[in-house]
Parts: sequence; structure tokens; C-alpha cells
Amino acid sequence: MTISDTFQQAFLSIRSQILRAALIVLAMSIGIASVTILTTLGESARRYIVNEFQSLGTNLVIVLPGRTETTGGQPPLFGETPRDLTLDDANALLKSRYVAAIAPINVGSAPVSSLGLERETTILGSTASLRRVRHLKMAEGRFLPDIESDKSLPVCVIGQTIKREIFAKQKALGQWMRINDRRFRVIGVLASEGESIGVDFDEIVVIPVASAQALFNTESLFRILVEAKSKSAMYKAVGDIGKIIEIRHEGEEDITIITQDSVIGAFDEILTALTLTVASIAAISLAVAGVLVMNVMLVSVAQRTSEIGLLKALGASESQLIGLFLAEAAILCLAGAVIGMLVGQFVVSVLQIIYPEFPLLIPGWALMAALLVSLTTGLIFGVFPARKAARLDAVLALAKH
Amino acid sequence: MIQLNNIYRDFQVGDQTVQALNNINLTINQGEYISVMGPSGSGKSTLLNIIALLDHPTSGQYLFNNQDVTKLDDNALAKIRRENIGFVFQFFHLIPRLTAAENIEMPMILAGINRRQRQQRVKQAVASVGLSDRASHLPEQLSGGQRQRVAIARATIMRPGILLADEPTGNLDSHSGIEIIELLEALNKSGMLLIIITHDHHLGKRAQRRIHIIDGKIAPEK
Repeated sequence: MTISDTFQQAFLSIRSQILRAALIVLAMSIGIASVTILTTLGESARRYIVNEFQSLGTNLVIVLPGRTETTGGQPPLFGETPRDLTLDDANALLKSRYVAAIAPINVGSAPVSSLGLERETTILGSTASLRRVRHLKMAEGRFLPDIESDKSLPVCVIGQTIKREIFAKQKALGQWMRINDRRFRVIGVLASEGESIGVDFDEIVVIPVASAQALFNTESLFRILVEAKSKSAMYKAVGDIGKIIEIRHEGEEDITIITQDSVIGAFDEILTALTLTVASIAAISLAVAGVLVMNVMLVSVAQRTSEIGLLKALGASESQLIGLFLAEAAILCLAGAVIGMLVGQFVVSVLQIIYPEFPLLIPGWALMAALLVSLTTGLIFGVFPARKAARLDAVLALAKH
Repeated sequence: MIQLNNIYRDFQVGDQTVQALNNINLTINQGEYISVMGPSGSGKSTLLNIIALLDHPTSGQYLFNNQDVTKLDDNALAKIRRENIGFVFQFFHLIPRLTAAENIEMPMILAGINRRQRQQRVKQAVASVGLSDRASHLPEQLSGGQRQRVAIARATIMRPGILLADEPTGNLDSHSGIEIIELLEALNKSGMLLIIITHDHHLGKRAQRRIHIIDGKIAPEK
């Protein structure tokens, strides 16, 4: 019996039991659709978060003042407060040959105003390198000039929202803007990038770091962004940064260094685990579909007892009968898988229309896995009824009429 | 062609053992026309099933074309059935979802014969039983006599040496019954070994060789 004949006979027998076949296909397709949709959501969330972190910069290392760690010993009742990170600390990091660029950052909140329009916003003090390190794009004008970082200069770069709200109906570029009680000239407007993990660059005003220090009357930096020369240099840079700061801080390594990689890695792991968990839960519905396949196949075997006896009398071997019933299960499961994937694709497309800013993509591995799982389920749950059919006593099966 | 030596077949019914066949010794040659008669429960069908390799004797030796078939595995038995034995049943046993032509084609599908050859042979077979105009009908659209003719075409499509018929007219009116018997006898004349199980003495008498089975034993042949 050729394979194509086996499948054709299986198909003919499915066609004669349309309702039953439809039920199996329905159950299987629900399972496949839910696995597809849920893995797509999980996988897309993972991709989204990882992309966000990747867009923060390239080979980025973030240096924070203070050290977060669990050490033994006394609670820090008498411990000293961590030393501040200063501009000199930041500039000292350039001594490492693995560091390509640094951007010291100082953050504060202050009222900004121009021609009677005023609002409170976040002021970011930094240097020209910030643009390179954070991959910022300009809409108009230019970014901060490349000057000594300890020189203050009354210029600022503003985000799109600030531009819209403070310079409602006029050109912002070249205008004076008041921050607290100081005046800054607007030399550039940032291109809108949307929300980027925590910081909304649309609502920000960037000024030279020395000016920010003066504005907020503080020497200490919020953090230092460091761009390493390459991915492999990133870990060497981390070691260098630690050593440089340790020397400068009297032998105390009182900073926290985060690499972009480790953050991405952590999120990647968490979200992958989440995706797999959700997919496994959805896979339960596949197992249920499998049980249904078995049930329906058992009924089918029982109803076709005399036909099975006849096939045996005509010279069908046990393996041919098993093949016939497994082919039936396989066709039904594959049909279910294909319909399920189409339904999944449809739901994902609808979700994409509802949430256009969230990039949804059905992962190829999920489709392959869904197909494989449904086929395996069908075959595993089909084996028992098929063997039962093949082992029927031909004489008894023929006698039953 | 067929040689049964000391064949026993026991069935377990509750705690009791029923001897359906009790020391059967039988030799059947190619081309014979044999009727098997006997009362209900005498063991005729069991004998037919054993000859057809559908049932295994409890003990004894069965030589099929001089080959001991009692020890063959399922695949080998299926192959012998497929190539050597045609079956005609009282209740026709056509597959209801398949057309007459597709039913006739089935043994060739199981034998793995290619599609073109199958179609050609089905066409001839349908013509030889006079059903050319009914080939694409489903069994439920055919009369009893027509159904049995489809069954005969199916049983002979593999050109087997043996044709076994279990009460082939039992479910037919006398007119169709005669037609079917004549068809079977024509096949026998072309060289096929024909074994018919029947209740009907008139039918039984048409065979050259008559075997009477009573209580699982062959009565002496007359």
C-alpha cells in the first residue's frame, strides 16, 4: 500500500465523518492558536524590551555612585555615605584604553519659561558626548558644543514637547529660555524618539554639565554613561573603571557598574522564561485536544469494526491498518494546526492594528513547534486506537454486523 | 493446494471449552468446486475461516501450496490472503462510503498496485460482472444482487486461486441467488477453486464435491 493511497483512503474516511472530524480540528486549532498567540505576545514583549535597551546605546556601561551589595558585618549605622561621583572622576575614566567616550550626567528638576509660558521639567546636564553615547538625533540646530566639561555655557537643547509647550507658535531655535533664574539660548531641538525606558527625551532640556552643577548647586553626578570601544572591550572597561575610581576614592570601590549586556541579558532571560511558561500553559489545551483525538478515533474504530475485519480478509496487514488510522489522525491534526495558525495569525494581525506601536511578530520557531507538537500529539494519541483496530480479531469483526 | 491435517479448533465459552473443529483432515486440489454443508454451529464457518487464514487452528497442520502456514506471522499471512484468496460474504461487506469501483479497487490498493493498472483492471472487472453503468454508485444505491456482484468482482480482482463464499445467496432472493451462483460457477470453470458454504441443499448439490460437517467433524463423503 503506497503512502499516497494510505492518505487518500484516510481522507475518504474522514470525509464520511465530517462532524467528528470538524470537532477534532476545532479542538486542535484552538490549542494551536492559543500557543501561537501567547508565544507571539511573550516573544514580542521580549524583543521589544531588548530592543529598547539596545537602542540606549552601543556597548554601554553605566556607572552609578554608591554600591549595592550584600556584605556581612555591621549594618551601615556608622558606615560612611558613598562618595559622590564628580566630573573629575568622569574625566579620569578616559584614561582607560577600552573607553571610547564618556557622558557625565546630572539631573534635576526646574521650572522653564519663555515669554510668559512656564512649566516644570527635567533638566539634564551633560556634554557633547551624550549625543554619541545615547544615539540622540537632532530635529533642528545642533547639540551641545564640544567644550571642556567644567566650562559652563548658557545654551540648551530641548525636546519636542518642551518646544511645543514653551514656544507654542514661534520658532524655538535661537530664542532665550529661562531655567530657574538663568537664561539659556536654545541651540537645538531633539528629534522625537518616543518613550525610551524611563527617560522621555521629548520632555527634557539638556544643558552643559557645568551649568547644571551651578544651577542645582551640586558637584555630584547622577551617573556616568561610558561607551566601550567594542563588545569585548566592555568587560575590560568595567575592570578599568573600577580600578580608576578605587584609586580616586581612597581605595574604596564605592560605585555600581551596570553593563548594557547584563541588563539586556537579565530581561531576556526573564521574558524568555515567561514566554515559555505561558506557552506551556497553552500547550495544555493541545494535550486536551490529543485526548479528544484519541476518543474520536476509538469511536471510529468501534464503528468500523466490520470494515476493519473486511480489510483484514482482503489482505491488509496489521501495519497497513495502523498506517491507515494514524494517517487519519495526522491529517486531522495537521488540518487543526494549519487552521489554528491562521486563526493565530489573524488575532495577531488584529492586535497589531489595535496596538500599532508594539511590534508583534509570530516567531518562526513557535510555528514549527506548534506544527510538530500537534502532529506528535495526534500520532501519540492515535497509536492506541490504531493498534486496537489492527489487533481486532478478523473473524469476530466480520461477524459483527 | 490445501491440506489440513488433524486440525482442531477450540473456543473458550465461559468455563467450557467448545470444540468447533474436531480432527479435520481434508485435502483440496486446484480448480475443485466444493460445497460445505451442515447445521448451524457445526463448524462450517470456522473451517472456512481457517482455510482463509483468518483464524488459527488450536492444533494441527495446515499446508497451503505445500507451505506450513500455521507458524507464519501476520504480514506473511496477509500477503497470502491478498494474493491467493478471494472472499464473498453473506452480508456483502462493502465499504459504504466507497463507490462500487472503489470497493473493487481496494485489494489492489492494499497490494500496492499502481493507479493506472488499478483503474484498467477495475474497468474490466466491473464489465465482467455486468455493472459498467453502476461503477460510480455507492453500495446503498445498489440492489442485493448487484452488491454481491461487486463483492465477487472485488474477491477476484487479484486473480486468486481460491474463492471462498460464505452463504453467498443467504441474503438474496432466489432469482438473484441463482445469478450469483452461476457467476461463481463460471469463475470455477475458468480454473478457480470454489468453496461455498450453504444451508441450501439444492445449491450444495450443484458442487462436484460435497462436504458435510456435523459437530466439528467431517461426515464421510459419498
